[in-house]
Amino acid sequence: MNISTPSVSWRKLALATVTAAALAGCAGPNPRDPYEGYNRAVFNFNDKVDEVALKPAATVYKSVLPGFVQTGVNNFFGNLADVWTAANNFMQGKGEKGMSDVMRVALNSTFGLLGVLDVASEAGLQKHKEDFGQTLGYWGVSSGPYLVLPLLGPSTVRDTMALPLDIKADPWQYTDPVRVRNVGTVVRVIDQRAGLLDASTLLEDAALDRYEFTRDGFLQQRESKIFDGEDNPRAKKKKSAYEDDDDVKPATADTPKGKEQPQAIMSEPAAEKNASL
Amino acid sequence: MKLIKQLMACATVAFASVSFAATAPAANEAPDALVKRISSEVLDTAKNDKDIQAGNQKRVMDLVETKILPYVDFQRMTSLAAGRFWREASPEQQKQLSTEFRTLLIYTYSGALSQVKNETIEFKPLRADPSDTEVEVRSQVNMTRGEPVPLNYRVEKTPSGWKIYDINVLGAWLVETYKSTFASEISKGGIDGLIKTLSEKNKKLASRPIKAASAK
Repeated sequence: MNISTPSVSWRKLALATVTAAALAGCAGPNPRDPYEGYNRAVFNFNDKVDEVALKPAATVYKSVLPGFVQTGVNNFFGNLADVWTAANNFMQGKGEKGMSDVMRVALNSTFGLLGVLDVASEAGLQKHKEDFGQTLGYWGVSSGPYLVLPLLGPSTVRDTMALPLDIKADPWQYTDPVRVRNVGTVVRVIDQRAGLLDASTLLEDAALDRYEFTRDGFLQQRESKIFDGEDNPRAKKKKSAYEDDDDVKPATADTPKGKEQPQAIMSEPAAEKNASL
Repeated sequence: MKLIKQLMACATVAFASVSFAATAPAANEAPDALVKRISSEVLDTAKNDKDIQAGNQKRVMDLVETKILPYVDFQRMTSLAAGRFWREASPEQQKQLSTEFRTLLIYTYSGALSQVKNETIEFKPLRADPSDTEVEVRSQVNMTRGEPVPLNYRVEKTPSGWKIYDINVLGAWLVETYKSTFASEISKGGIDGLIKTLSEKNKKLASRPIKAASAK
């Protein structure tokens, strides 16, 4: 497999950019987020846009339109997205899931009235969500540093590189006339934001620092999506579930430094066992 | 005198064995059965209680306090989130930190719970050995729209039964998500700084309007 080539160049790219960021003087303390300074600025910008435009629009959308219309809009764009999901599942060698996605599109586009009704889910074909960034990840390309994109939000260097293809593969891009396409795109974005209104309230409650909370949640979530909720089978060594931590219980709190080593080794099989559960 | 003493002793033993018998089933309950029982109890209550659906924060918090908290090991959760700093904290600081973190999580969880409408929870088969003392219970919340949300729990066996010490929502573990925030707060103002930030956050959450959670 030619996996090593891209990952090497990624590393180079990452290294180059890390150096650049360090030179620019905005290297953060988190190794996965070397551009923290830049990211925070974009995060704040996105936040402002959300506050003055997107969130109000989504709130109105959610409270004014009847529920079935919102579901219909969501299903319609969801059906379009299923096409690319199917392709990505095939690219990852997940034939069964890919076939199920093809069936979904076939069913929903016909009996589901162009995707407005999600009859496939009713029939037990579960919806998946795959994009090219996930496919690259599945192929072994590491995510690279965390990156917040203007308007688009949390991402990584790898996923940003994959983005042009995701955009190209979106069937809505080819809708004619342009006016319909533009209106549709706006509705789609507002609908997606409306789906996140409750979650963003929660985020505000839970986070001490929303930027960090979003970042750390996003990176974990992305990783877990790539391997469909399982542990990364390619992980070089099994870390204990909580890295750099010896899982201290109060009773062993004052273990002298020298004794930590055997403890760490002891925890290795435990982690292995956890993984194979 | 002697008779009374003996009686007392007997009574104590009897009482002890009765109370042991009462707690024994809970301790023997399988971890996934435990999580399943708690979540169905809580969800049923949340869906059927009009006060909760109307956004009565106090009712939700009562529900969380009585039904969920007895099964969560907050000290372990906090120690994992604090990582290596936990050992540097004095017992007093450890106590304060767990208490504040616990309060924050109660507020968050209560907020989530009052948004429950028609969602259902589906449990996946437990992949564990009967002798395991730490297991992961996996479930997913089936939403009215969109993909199902994965919801997993790390559970450990303690002398008083199984206890939850970490939760995974949408692929992100709670402890891991708080970890670097904790670390950066500690690097700014020490452990006391983190405790202070948490308690200020909690005060803010406590003083917000009662209906805030249900305002869409």
